[in-house]
Amino acid sequence: MGYFENIRESVRTIFEGMAITASHMVRKPYTVQYPDRIDVRVQDTLPFRYRGLLDVDLEICTGCLACERACPIDCIVIDAEKDKETREMVLKRFDIDLAKCMFCGLCSEPCPTGSIHHTPEFEGADYSLESMIRRFVKAPVVAYKPSKGPETNPEIAPILKRGLRYLDEFASPGGAS
Amino acid sequence: MQQLADRLIDTGFLQGLPRGLGYVIVVALFAFLMLNFIMLVAGVTSWLERRVWARIQSRIGPNRVGPQGSIQWLADGIKNIMKEDIVPSAADAPLFRFAPYLAMMGFFGAFAVVPFGDGLIVADINIGVLYVSAVTALVVVGILMAGWSSNNKWALLGGIRSAAQIISYEIPAALAVLTVVLFTGTLSMQGIIRAQGWAPWNWFLFHNPFTFVAFFLFFVSALAEGNRTPFDLPEAESELVAGAFTEYSGLRSLLFFLVEWGNLYLIGAICTTLFLGGWQVPAFTDSGLVLGLAQVLTFFLKAYFLVFVAMWVRGTLPRVRVDQLMTLCWKYLVPIAFVNMILAAFFAAILPNGSIFVKAGMCVFGLGLAVHFFQRVLFHLRRAKPELHLSPIV
Repeated sequence: MGYFENIRESVRTIFEGMAITASHMVRKPYTVQYPDRIDVRVQDTLPFRYRGLLDVDLEICTGCLACERACPIDCIVIDAEKDKETREMVLKRFDIDLAKCMFCGLCSEPCPTGSIHHTPEFEGADYSLESMIRRFVKAPVVAYKPSKGPETNPEIAPILKRGLRYLDEFASPGGAS
Repeated sequence: MQQLADRLIDTGFLQGLPRGLGYVIVVALFAFLMLNFIMLVAGVTSWLERRVWARIQSRIGPNRVGPQGSIQWLADGIKNIMKEDIVPSAADAPLFRFAPYLAMMGFFGAFAVVPFGDGLIVADINIGVLYVSAVTALVVVGILMAGWSSNNKWALLGGIRSAAQIISYEIPAALAVLTVVLFTGTLSMQGIIRAQGWAPWNWFLFHNPFTFVAFFLFFVSALAEGNRTPFDLPEAESELVAGAFTEYSGLRSLLFFLVEWGNLYLIGAICTTLFLGGWQVPAFTDSGLVLGLAQVLTFFLKAYFLVFVAMWVRGTLPRVRVDQLMTLCWKYLVPIAFVNMILAAFFAAILPNGSIFVKAGMCVFGLGLAVHFFQRVLFHLRRAKPELHLSPIV
C-alpha cells in the first residue's frame, strides 16, 4: 500500500473501531455476579446431567459394587454383606471421598438404578480433608431389590424414576432431547 | 501567584512575616493543594477507566466498594500502602528508591502551569507550553532510572523503550503545539486560552484545517508520551511482565500508576487549553464567583471528556509493535506535523486572524464527522440487535 493509502486506511479503521466500541458501551453487560447478586441460584440453571458433587440415593442402591469397581481412583468404598438368614444384601458402609473424586462420571454409568449420580451442586469447599468424605450409610440398611414389573412402593417410585431418567439421558450422547 | 502571595503577606494572615518565608509558605500551600487534587483525579480516573473499559467489553467492572464501586481506588491505595516495600538485593538501591519520585516530580511539575479558570493557575509563566513539554520529559529519566536500577532485563528493556518512545514523540507533539502558537503569538497557557472564545467556532480545533490536524497529531503524540495504550510498550505485559515497574511493589509501584493516570488528566488539560477553548464561557452573569465556578467546571468537563476518549481508545486499539511505533512517529507523524506547520504558517501569513468562512466550514465538517460517527454506532447496534443498557449504573 502507498503512503497516503496507509494514512487513509488507518484513519478509516480507527474511526470504525471507535464506533464499534462505542456501540458496545451501551450494551447490557453479560456478567453473572456470582454468588450474591443473582436472581436464580446458579445450581438451578445447570443441566440435569451436570457433573457436580456425587450423591447416592440409598433407597435404590442395590449394593452391586459396580461403582466401586468402576472408580479409577478408588474414592468409593462400599461394605456390603449378604445376610444369611434373610438372604438380603446389607449395606454397612458407603463412603465417597469427594476430595479424591475427579468427576469423571464412570461410577454413575454402570449403576443399574441411577442411585449414584452427580448433582448440579458444586460448592464443596471445606476446611479439612476429613470433612470431604461423604458417609452415606449411617446405620446398616438393607439394599434395594428390583421388583419384577413397575415399582409400586410410593416412597421409592419417584426416586427410581429420577434415577432411570438419569441413566436414559446418559445413554443418548446428546442428552435427553 | 506572586500577587496573591504579596497580598497575603501585606494584608492577609501572613502579615508581618519576612517576604521570602511568606513566599515559601504560599508555594508549599499551592503544592499541597495541587498534590491532593492530582491524587483525587488520578484515583477517580483509575476507577472510571476500569468501568469504561469493562462496559466496552460487556462486563461491569468494580462495583462493590462504595456506591457503584466509586471508592475502589481508595481501597486499592490503602492496600498498596500496607504492602511490603521490597528492594531486590541485586538492585541499585538508592536509584531504585528514588526513581518513582523523579517520575512523579516530572509530571507533578507540569501541573504548575495547568489552568483551571480565569486567573486560577499556579504560575502563568510566559513559556507555559514549552515548560510542559520540557518538564514532562523528566518522567523519562524516572522510568529509565527505574528500569536500570531494577537490575532486571525486562525492566531495562521497558525503560529503554519508554525513553526511545517519549523522546521520539516529543517532536510531533511540539510541532503540533507550534501550529497553534503560530496563531496565538504566545506560549503562555492563559494567553492561548484568551486567544480563543467560548463558542466551538472560536476554538483552535475548528480555526482552520491545519489546527484540526494538529489536534489529532498532538493527542496521539501525547498518548504515546503518557505511555498509554496503544503505545504502552514500556509495560507491555505480554512481553515485558510489567516493564520498568516489574520489581516495584507497594507504594512505589503505586506512584508509577499515579503518574500514568495523572498524566491522562494532564493530556486532557493541555489539549483543552490548546484546542478546545480552555475555560472560556459566555459572560452570562455579573457574579464573579458563579462565572469562576462555571469556568472551572467547563475546563474540567472538557479535559475529562478527552480523558474518556483516551480510555475509549485504550479499549479499542491493540498495542503496536516497537517497529510500528517508530514507523508511525518518524515516517508519518513527524512529516505530517512539519508539512502541517508550514501550511499553517502560510495560512497565518494570509489570514492572521482566521476567516469566519473557514471557521464555519470547519465547524460544519466537525459536525458532519460527529453525525457520521453516530450513524456508524447506530449501524453496529442495529446489526447486532443486542440488549441495551444505556445507564452507566449497573
